[in-house]
Amino acid sequence: MSLQSSFARAVLRPEAETPAPLTAPDERTVSTRFNVYRNNVTVSLVESLTEAFPVIAKLVGENFFTAMAREFVRDNPPTSPVMAFYGDAFPDWIADFPPAASLPYLGEVARIEQSRREAYHAADAQPFAIERLSKVPPEDLPLLRFGVHPSVRFVTTRHPALAIWARNSEAAHLIAAPAGEVLITRPYWTLILNAAPSGTIAALSTLGQGRSLGEALGDIDDAPSILATLFSSGAVIERTSNHD
Amino acid sequence: MPFTQLPQSAGVGFKPAHYDDLTEAGAVTWLEVHAENYMLDGGPRRAMLAELSERFAISAHGVGLSIGGEGPLDRDHLKRLKALMDWLKPAQFSEHLAWSSHGGAYLNDLLPLPYTRATLETVSAHISEVQDVLGRRMLLENPSSYLSFTESTLSETDFLGELAHRTGCGMLLDINNVFVSATNLRLSAEAYLDAYPLEHVGEIHLAGHHAQEIEGGTLLIDSHGSEVADPVWALYERTIAKTGPRPTLIEWDNDVPDFATLEREAARANAILQRRAAA
Repeated sequence: MSLQSSFARAVLRPEAETPAPLTAPDERTVSTRFNVYRNNVTVSLVESLTEAFPVIAKLVGENFFTAMAREFVRDNPPTSPVMAFYGDAFPDWIADFPPAASLPYLGEVARIEQSRREAYHAADAQPFAIERLSKVPPEDLPLLRFGVHPSVRFVTTRHPALAIWARNSEAAHLIAAPAGEVLITRPYWTLILNAAPSGTIAALSTLGQGRSLGEALGDIDDAPSILATLFSSGAVIERTSNHD
Repeated sequence: MPFTQLPQSAGVGFKPAHYDDLTEAGAVTWLEVHAENYMLDGGPRRAMLAELSERFAISAHGVGLSIGGEGPLDRDHLKRLKALMDWLKPAQFSEHLAWSSHGGAYLNDLLPLPYTRATLETVSAHISEVQDVLGRRMLLENPSSYLSFTESTLSETDFLGELAHRTGCGMLLDINNVFVSATNLRLSAEAYLDAYPLEHVGEIHLAGHHAQEIEGGTLLIDSHGSEVADPVWALYERTIAKTGPRPTLIEWDNDVPDFATLEREAARANAILQRRAAA
């Protein structure tokens, strides 16, 4: 094993031995000194998850969260130095974490938190203003095509995860949000979370394939409320390419 | 017009919480940011930096290139860095004599390497590659050490001097790291600085550390969570007497204080720089 392989392994595993080729003025202190790196690595990774998943930390409490995150970082260290998205595997991992099985909504809440981070740092784009639709003759509306805003993220929940998230995030308007589709966007500098009508995700995905508004909403009873959600959340942008 | 160089005065590590304090230039005359924090597609964080870069010279400080890694540099990361440099056009770019990635894992810490002829070859090849890709000279920062490697055959100062000689890179001298390492390894900080390639220094870092009691003595931890210690200020003044004024960064990354506290530290550095400039 190369020097850095054994160093990297020992840094992540408290049970691993201190790499042999290390020395210090007082040999008795080598492992204490090596523990500075162990501590830096684990503590900094756990801290980054605590910052990224504040609602999960609140729901399970600081001690439980730290223990859970320590276990996660050991087997799932970051794969990139860009830490803004570290933890993308955490929601699925939490959902399968046996000690948290009594909180079945935890994975879904974590998915909302991770999606917010992704939307926040996504590319910027001008959302399509709903006022512009008023200039379109009604019979032409179904023919319109749109692009999907780069910040659009969605989560499908079986539990009222958005309401749980909202109760722990001072988002009073969402504390009664039902289970179902959660739409997350950042049209300008602020994130918008929506309890979206059922069918919103499918409609956005159809629009994203370059198909028309008529094709995206045609068969859906709830089309007006989906349309209102898409435009009020800034989820659609002008379509730039011209292929039909 | 982007700023093409850092002023020979004090700057601070930028924290978004201090954005509103930066409406006018005071003791803080330039800003440093961690490059990796801005490798994003868009969003408020980048918009804030773009706005600041119109008013302040910016130093981009990388923490993730793993220049001291045994294996090849991460080409994807180098590409992200190049894209950031092309977008931000910072006055300066610096990285660390350390490694942080191995076997596809990023460990989020600056880890040490032995100083040998073999590692010198690897690190100088990495620095040259970075400078070629970025099309600019970079600065390399000395690490804080807690232990050493039995296989090391070169002193850190000789290693750094040789890297500057081979690659043309500049030096980012972190004086807190010098003090922390010297204390931990029972060496003389003054002797280190006397042997250090001061002629290549393009920037100086000052930061706080804390002490931890260990068997048979004290271990200093480079924690960036407090004021710069007095012995570090003394070493700084001694260094500036030799080099002349250099852009000087106050680094405070943990338990970040209010901006006024950072400004006081910056003013203290400026006073030392001004005394030297007048001498």
